[in-house]
Amino acid sequence: MYIAQEAPGAPAEHAEYNVLGVPLAEVIVGLIAFGVLLFVLTKFVFPRMESMFQQRVEAIEGGLVKAEKAQAEAAALLSQYKAQLAEARTEAARIRDEARADAEGIRTDVLAKAREESDRIIAAGREQLAGERASIVRELRTEMGSLAVSLAGKIVGESLEDEARRRGTVERALADLETAGAR
Amino acid sequence: MITQPGFLASEFPPGVDVFDYKSLIPSLEGSMWGGAFTKLSLLVWMAVAIVIIFFLVTYRNPTLVPTKKQWLAESVYGVVRNNIATDIIGPQGVRFAPYLATIFCFVFVTNLWSIVPFAQISPNSHLAFPVVLAVLTWFVYIGLGIKKHGVLGYLKHSTVQPGVPWWVHPILVPIEFLSNLILRPITLAVRLFANMFAGHMILLVFTLGGVALWNAGPLLLKPAALGSWAFAIVMTLFELFILSLQAYVFTLLSATYFQSSIADEH
Repeated sequence: MYIAQEAPGAPAEHAEYNVLGVPLAEVIVGLIAFGVLLFVLTKFVFPRMESMFQQRVEAIEGGLVKAEKAQAEAAALLSQYKAQLAEARTEAARIRDEARADAEGIRTDVLAKAREESDRIIAAGREQLAGERASIVRELRTEMGSLAVSLAGKIVGESLEDEARRRGTVERALADLETAGAR
Repeated sequence: MITQPGFLASEFPPGVDVFDYKSLIPSLEGSMWGGAFTKLSLLVWMAVAIVIIFFLVTYRNPTLVPTKKQWLAESVYGVVRNNIATDIIGPQGVRFAPYLATIFCFVFVTNLWSIVPFAQISPNSHLAFPVVLAVLTWFVYIGLGIKKHGVLGYLKHSTVQPGVPWWVHPILVPIEFLSNLILRPITLAVRLFANMFAGHMILLVFTLGGVALWNAGPLLLKPAALGSWAFAIVMTLFELFILSLQAYVFTLLSATYFQSSIADEH
């Protein structure tokens, strides 16, 4: 084919190269190169990585511990706040109850006082009324006596005043009137 | 002979000689030290330099709350440490995390060269580099086993399966010995090597095939060349997947071997 024409006969010396050969020079190069790599990496790189991993583990674990502590602290604070809140609530309720009781007491006091006052005013009014009535009665009594005597005198035509005074007629009549009024 | 990627058009069916890199120092060519100064060795050194600089720069001033770069560096190490070392080996796997993370970074970046423009070859497509890593892992897990169980104890631990009828042992013990103590580093090395070798080969086939089709003459073949190049791009993305997977698998298997050595029982 064309390919055969394009590729002119291979030179005869090709067969010399041994594919499975292991030349000492290459083995030495490989050993030294790999040895250098192994030395540098295991001496300067990988131990630092290991220590970095270790530090990272510690940092994360430390962070976890810290977070746990913070959480516990927060939980403690929360329960404390809750307790305080409950306490404050009962306190408030107590104060409210007290205030209600106080208010009730004050109300009854005020009512009692007011009733007392009104009673007192009523009593005073009654007393005054009675006094006035008595004085009016007294006045009327005296006036009635003289009026009746003078009226009778006018009717009889002579002065009965002295006579009446002498015999006490008027007093008697008034006493009769009084007993009649009292009955 | 081939020196640099400039050879492309003339060599269509790419042969294994495309992996034959010459020394960058001409005077050393042909000597046994030539292999130490090839493009592949240069790429290995560059990979090492890149990884070291990456980690030193991103981890120069580490802070408790990581910056974006620091986070990136930490997640490279963290993935190997938590998802490979600790998951497979258990809590004591953390002490292997630096080794495993270094293996992962080394394999990943050297693999990555296979799709980086102008590099476009992974050092791991030469068997020598995977062999170095696999043999190191082998030494480590054998050493761990001997330290934990003693020489004979470890030999028994890794070859004698409990709960097996006695007459099976003559067959099973050699198989276990071979697979656990001899073949593991070989499969570990060959798996990585073969993947990167084949990956490079596939990319070459599609890229050079496209060139060959384009140069073939008939106008009809030109769209086929474009298709071939498009597929080379698809295969490059596939190669990215494969090279990451191989780096992960190499690390994972190393961790599994460590675990089997320090396990109390099977």
